[in-house]
Amino acid sequence: MWLLLKYTLLYASVLALVALGGMFSERSGIINIALEGIMVIGGLMGVVAINLFNAAGIPVVLGVILTILISGAAGMLYSSLLAFSAVNLKADQTIGGTALNLLATALAVVIAKRINGSDSPKISYNSTTNKVLSNLNFSFQIGPLTLNWFIVVALAALVAAWFILYRTRFGMRLMACGEHPQAADSVGINVYKMRWCGVLISGLLGGIGGMAYIVPAVGDWNFEIGVAGMGFLALAVMIFGQWKPAGIAAAALFFAVFRAMANIFDSIGFLNALNWPKEIYNMMPFLASMVVLAFTSKKSRAPKAEGVPYDKGSR
Amino acid sequence: MAEKNRAPRLGNSADGVSSLLASLTCILMGLVIGFLALLILGWITLAQDGNTVSFGEMLGKTWNSGFKAILSGGFYKTANAMGMGVRTEILQAAPLIMTGLSVAFAFKTGLFNIGAAGQYTVGAYFALFGAIVLKLPWWACLLASAIGGAIWGAIPGFFKAYLNVNEVITAIMFNWIGLYGVNTLIYQGGSGPMYNTNTTKTYTIKQVSPDSLLPTFNIPIGDKGYFGKMFLPTIGIFIAIAVAVLIWVVLNKTVFGYELKACGFNKNAAKYAGINDRKNIILSMTIAGALAGLGAGLFYLSGSKEWEPLVSTSLPATGFNGISVALLASSNPIGCIFSAIFISHITVGGGFMDAGIFPSEVSSIISGVVIYLCAFSLLFRSGIRKFFAREPKKAAGKGKEADA
Repeated sequence: MWLLLKYTLLYASVLALVALGGMFSERSGIINIALEGIMVIGGLMGVVAINLFNAAGIPVVLGVILTILISGAAGMLYSSLLAFSAVNLKADQTIGGTALNLLATALAVVIAKRINGSDSPKISYNSTTNKVLSNLNFSFQIGPLTLNWFIVVALAALVAAWFILYRTRFGMRLMACGEHPQAADSVGINVYKMRWCGVLISGLLGGIGGMAYIVPAVGDWNFEIGVAGMGFLALAVMIFGQWKPAGIAAAALFFAVFRAMANIFDSIGFLNALNWPKEIYNMMPFLASMVVLAFTSKKSRAPKAEGVPYDKGSR
Repeated sequence: MAEKNRAPRLGNSADGVSSLLASLTCILMGLVIGFLALLILGWITLAQDGNTVSFGEMLGKTWNSGFKAILSGGFYKTANAMGMGVRTEILQAAPLIMTGLSVAFAFKTGLFNIGAAGQYTVGAYFALFGAIVLKLPWWACLLASAIGGAIWGAIPGFFKAYLNVNEVITAIMFNWIGLYGVNTLIYQGGSGPMYNTNTTKTYTIKQVSPDSLLPTFNIPIGDKGYFGKMFLPTIGIFIAIAVAVLIWVVLNKTVFGYELKACGFNKNAAKYAGINDRKNIILSMTIAGALAGLGAGLFYLSGSKEWEPLVSTSLPATGFNGISVALLASSNPIGCIFSAIFISHITVGGGFMDAGIFPSEVSSIISGVVIYLCAFSLLFRSGIRKFFAREPKKAAGKGKEADA
């Protein structure tokens, strides 16, 4: 049972981080379907940073903090490509995001292969290869329960997101740009700037989320599979959470339980007795998200202006 | 009067030309970025060895062992791990035309079919089931693959029409559900009827049911023909081209196609004109799905690859490349033929690079960049159109002066 709790919290933190990122972007009016790709880039750069800092032998605490920051910064940098095309060039946001998803996996594989100097896109960062800083440094124990630092980051992000969105001028303005950008513009809000901010925040959280998915759970990662649809699940979490931090937290926990079962179904007595193949459990979070969306989409409260490029000159 | 008649026709041809020029601009910029990526990769490799090299040498190396292969690998008569260059290009172009058509058809009817990858996967399962288990002839297997894709395409259509769920989200979710589902059905814990435990793949169609393989063709050059005797390209490419023409006719010359397009253009206006929009959304997605599924049939019934349920953990790239194909072609079915051949060309070429220095995924980077650029190709297009429109405007201005 502790194992189920461990993985549920692990995946819940990933989904919450990335979904919060998506929330900031969509609240500002930009559909961010590129979250999957942002996660890949964030995860890759985080892992590369772990190995670099391991070779440099810097103190562990500093290494953990710096690698998390680097993954976030990489995500931000990558998301700026989306912001540039969607805000400045008024491109189709779904197509731009799809392109970035494809590009991210290709880039990650090329970079991983180059780092390995071989045809293998797998990067290792476990305690046997890394003596100073490895994936184990990102986890800690409380009694029988293994937790990781990303859970703490996710909790902080949830509280901060709630505060920023509902209690600051910035948050109010951001939401105004997603609901009615013309009205926001008429009272002197720079819509382009706010949308850039929304996308960059989603890049930051998405990048960290990518690292949170890859690093604490396993000691090496094959970048050919990207992040296996986790970014898209986060989109479903965001919709299910109705673009609100509290809703996203609850939805993330709900989906995380399904995702966690794929990892540990063989160590839970009754699930093992069912003798279902692993793929069924892999499929479950996606099926669950479809069932949930089917029942909730009719009364969905999406930001009104999302997906519509804002053009100052149009009315 | 004469001027008035000419104006719209001029506009139309300029529209087509500007789309074409915009696509060519995207391709050119994608290739330049791909070349820069290769240059950086080459520089890193040489720097690792500790050699100091001049910029000229580096350019030469990037060109000779990298970029030249991307550009011309698809024309090679020599073979690499994937097989002979020309044959592989023809083989991969056929399914790409189909997934491209699938995305383009949906685009024309106002839908974004990101689910071509999932429809392709399910289509592959149906084709393989028809061939390996039922041992049907090849045309029946192709039909089965189209039906499989159609089912998988209809689902997002249904969700959109009746449950108000965006087709993009549904299609993405069903991509993964399809992939895991197909893997499960083929593997079945090692006891699946199509699963060969010795090779950990599905059975080769050639051994189990040779009638299910697509017919092959050869070009009569030389005593063994252009492609030799062992591995021949299939007629899949001709089927794909025929389907592309068919789709063009349906979209542009039939009432049915007009209704679908009207629905995509303005749902409410279409409704007002008495078109059943729900039915049309589901129909569009079903047809798009059938096209993608048929693409999988064309590929897997060529017998050049088997499904590997244990290592197929990511969605087939052919599905997503269909998006690049459709965008490059500005959703024109005939254009899809050429853009699919281009994407297939650089993908095959990527495999001919010196793998020690240049990973073959550089060609995926190129196609990724191309789609990214296509997303705002409207910008290029309006720029090019302005360039073209300059002269008619001057003429119009002169006309006004004359009037005054």
